[in-house]
Amino acid sequence: MSVELSERDKQMLDGQHGQAARMAMSILVRMAEVYDATEMMDVSQAHIDGCSMLTDSGLEFAETLSALGGRVSVPTTLNVVPLDLQNWRALGVPEEFAGKALRLAKAYTDMGCIPTWTCAPYQGYLTPRFGQQIAWGESNAIAYANSVLGARTNRYGDYVDICAAIAGRVPRSGLHLKQNRRGQLLLRLADIEPAVLVDGAFYPAFGHFLGKLAPDKIPVIDGMPAGVTRDQLKALGAAAASSGAVALFHAVEVTPEAHTLEEAFQGDDPEQVVDVHLSDLVAAQSEMSTAEEGADLDAVVLGCPHFSYDEFDRLAQAIRSTGRSLHPDLRLIVLTSQASYALLQRSGLMAPIVDFGVEIVIDTCVFLSPILSSDARVIMTNSGKCAYYAPGELGVQVAFGSLRECVRSATEGAVCREEAPWK
Amino acid sequence: MEITLIGRPVVAGSAEGIALVSGQPLSFWGGLSPHTGEIIDRRHERSGAVVTGKVFVFPQGKGSSTASAVLMECINAGTAPAAIINRSVDPILALGAIVADEMYHRSVPVVVLSQEDFDLIQEGDHLVIEPDGRVRITKRDEVQSASISD
Repeated sequence: MSVELSERDKQMLDGQHGQAARMAMSILVRMAEVYDATEMMDVSQAHIDGCSMLTDSGLEFAETLSALGGRVSVPTTLNVVPLDLQNWRALGVPEEFAGKALRLAKAYTDMGCIPTWTCAPYQGYLTPRFGQQIAWGESNAIAYANSVLGARTNRYGDYVDICAAIAGRVPRSGLHLKQNRRGQLLLRLADIEPAVLVDGAFYPAFGHFLGKLAPDKIPVIDGMPAGVTRDQLKALGAAAASSGAVALFHAVEVTPEAHTLEEAFQGDDPEQVVDVHLSDLVAAQSEMSTAEEGADLDAVVLGCPHFSYDEFDRLAQAIRSTGRSLHPDLRLIVLTSQASYALLQRSGLMAPIVDFGVEIVIDTCVFLSPILSSDARVIMTNSGKCAYYAPGELGVQVAFGSLRECVRSATEGAVCREEAPWK
Repeated sequence: MEITLIGRPVVAGSAEGIALVSGQPLSFWGGLSPHTGEIIDRRHERSGAVVTGKVFVFPQGKGSSTASAVLMECINAGTAPAAIINRSVDPILALGAIVADEMYHRSVPVVVLSQEDFDLIQEGDHLVIEPDGRVRITKRDEVQSASISD
């Protein structure tokens, strides 16, 4: 099957719009075959994940495209960069690593990308509209854009994201098309107590369960409370896109393509119906932790994905309610974007958070920039995504817990558990 | 005896190697080290196995959209599997192989098999992948007896 190209697509492929556009279009056309697409379509916005991980080949790719005159043709935001651009020296990042990371950042900004440097682009500048066709990378951002915003993107990986941004085109396929956004699997929360549904740790744990249950299906969740917050949906999507490949979920009466169950399934029947039980969540939570209660902690990591302003507010409340100070042998690191940080600086929350000893790291992530000490053995997090990847990527044991548990553990210097309605 | 399966060549190419088989999906980022080719997802059933030079047979990718970058870096660093066989198309893995081909004219074939054919491949089988998506299998016990008689 071959893909039908527009005149402009053909010109790009022939090199008439420059060599960078030729390379971008060549990759996009090959991807169209992978997707079984018969034509291409426009996108009006992109988010680049290819700037996040520093590898020799990724740097070479970005610098090659940039040197060939690559220039984005649609508004394009950038994911985390492997460096806190202002404080990397204080964080002990080696010069050689930083030099390459700065080259990577420059290659992408030289191509006209907007230096947002965040894995939560939906909580800052240029949030996509409902129904907008976009090309987004970063698994959690993809899940959020599709599910919570109702924008339309496939799971775009490094480095087709920049290709789509340069060409302004993607294969017409997958989640760009309404019929492919139909729910497939129904998950019912009727058996879960309301007190559990408002607990912060429920959403990442449920996301972890969801990703494992149906790695590449579109789940429809029935019974989610109307008061669920954007941060909770963010946590759910990030976890489900780590334990699985979930790119779109619907939540009835919560997300914009699921005003009713019928709308979520586009009038069809679910392929499978699953009643979620408390035991599923208890099992998920237990699986997310590899460290035992009482284990000595080296660090608590929050902000995976990047902390929102609201999450700083909740952190400040948790700090206030402990009434205790940070354990001296432990680091409490919060990862965030410049956009959320700017709001924090203008609020009254900054003083209590900084006074407690929180290290705020901007533009980057503990997985992609060498911020954690190589001696670190055990960390704790409230993020399902961080808990999923930490043992492999950081070589540490991890404890997953609620934000309150994380803060309390940070004062104790060891993993603490609290009584919760479902543990 | 040799068995020939007909797959879909998602990224076409020739390769051969011993099968490393898993029934679980894997995110290459956070799941595979481009430095060593080791499976580092500590929750994965094949954690610790090295994919370099093997035909890596697993259902599908998952997780991070950086998986394509990891595959390209594996190809660049010489730690990549010889080929990838999946049960369903994972565009992110295909992408890593395609971008590596564009950059370095070097790649890893990716073939998708039906569930039934996928299940015929066992750990240790010797596999030959053809550009048209054919997968020729020499079963493990025959691979072993051939190497003994050598």
